[in-house]
Amino acid sequence: MRNFIRFIIKYHFAILFFIIEAVSLLLVLNYNAYQRSSFLSSSSTVTGGIFKRYNAGAEYLMLRDINEDLAQENAYLRSRMPESFRASRDYFNLVHDTVSKQEFIYRSARVINNSTNRRFNYITLNKGRLNGIEPEMGVISNKGAVGIVKNVSDNYSTVISIINTRLKISAKLKESGFFGSLEWDGTSYQHVYLLDIPRHANVNVGDLVVTSGYSSIFPEGVLLGNVEEVTLDKGASFYRTRVKLSVDFKNLAFVEIIGHNSRDEQIKLEKETEDD
Amino acid sequence: MISHLPRYIFNFIFFTLIQILVLNNIQLSGYVNPYLYILFIITLPFEIPGWLLLVLGFSSGMVIDIFSNTPGMHASATVFMSFLRPYVLRIFAPRDEYQPGTIPTMGFYGISWFLRYSIILVFAHHFFLFFIEVFSLTHFFSTFLRVVSSTVFTILLIIVAQLFSQGKKQGR
Repeated sequence: MRNFIRFIIKYHFAILFFIIEAVSLLLVLNYNAYQRSSFLSSSSTVTGGIFKRYNAGAEYLMLRDINEDLAQENAYLRSRMPESFRASRDYFNLVHDTVSKQEFIYRSARVINNSTNRRFNYITLNKGRLNGIEPEMGVISNKGAVGIVKNVSDNYSTVISIINTRLKISAKLKESGFFGSLEWDGTSYQHVYLLDIPRHANVNVGDLVVTSGYSSIFPEGVLLGNVEEVTLDKGASFYRTRVKLSVDFKNLAFVEIIGHNSRDEQIKLEKETEDD
Repeated sequence: MISHLPRYIFNFIFFTLIQILVLNNIQLSGYVNPYLYILFIITLPFEIPGWLLLVLGFSSGMVIDIFSNTPGMHASATVFMSFLRPYVLRIFAPRDEYQPGTIPTMGFYGISWFLRYSIILVFAHHFFLFFIEVFSLTHFFSTFLRVVSSTVFTILLIIVAQLFSQGKKQGR
């Protein structure tokens, strides 16, 4: 026993190193489990509060860009107002009735923390459970899709951004309707790859890439970007297309979170079908 | 050693804030991510006990982790670096040993000694960090390039930070 204690005292530095290193590596490996506990993620109150305060300052410096974006969006929305259409009896009129039901609800939120330089990039927003945000809601900005809500605390939520190698999004080519999965390779924050487009499809540089709407997270047709480069490896049956993202992740201030009213119903039905 | 305490508490908070609020937002061409916060560990006193060194390494890494949603990554890299520190210090010890009352900075031991010492530690930290982050050897060379370029950039920042703090020590 005495020898054992002497051994521990003699090598306490190395032993302690192995213990602490093992704890840290366990944290890394249990990454997903720990993500759920809000204490360690930036949606927790303390860290969220610090980022919020920092952001209040940083946002001031970005006011010019934000104003420009908002003005553009105003103009776009104004052009969709009934007043800006010429009334014509030859066409249908939009009638509010009880047959149609609102399917998607949009809530605005502010980005208070954001990263673009890691393999796994996350965004923190200033709205949370109390504002009706739930995990797995889609997040878009006025320029296109941004990501999917991962964790929610009472007042904050974290979002996996599209430029996160853990996220895959179902996307399609707007022109031809062929769909595939959109993935990030972890290098440039402006580019992602659209995979699984079959070689008989007609893909051109400049084609728009939009969400497919299959996953019930995003509505169909939310802009993701446009095709910048199409490559076809010898013998491969799928194209590898590089897509330039429409959203500039370096310059992200206001986003909208999409709630899907009948999502639970859709998922339940799909699960029943799979179980059969 | 107690007299250094306020200075190190200030260093800890200052470097952590710089790292979270400024440097984490820096990215040059997808390859360069500087990590200045490890300068806190690099400049700890010579006489610091081993266990405290490891604990401080773990906590400074963990704070960065909490703010960047990467539990364990920075902590494990910083603990690894803290573990190497005593051995690296022993290798580079001057012939007449380290003087009592001095700390491992550029101001006390000169730029060439400090560069050799810090490059090894920074490289070890970055190497560990970036490979833990990708967790595979498939993109070995692209990851290695990130390690080397980030090391160079971190070293530059460390030298600049040392030059700034050197001014105060002239009057010693």
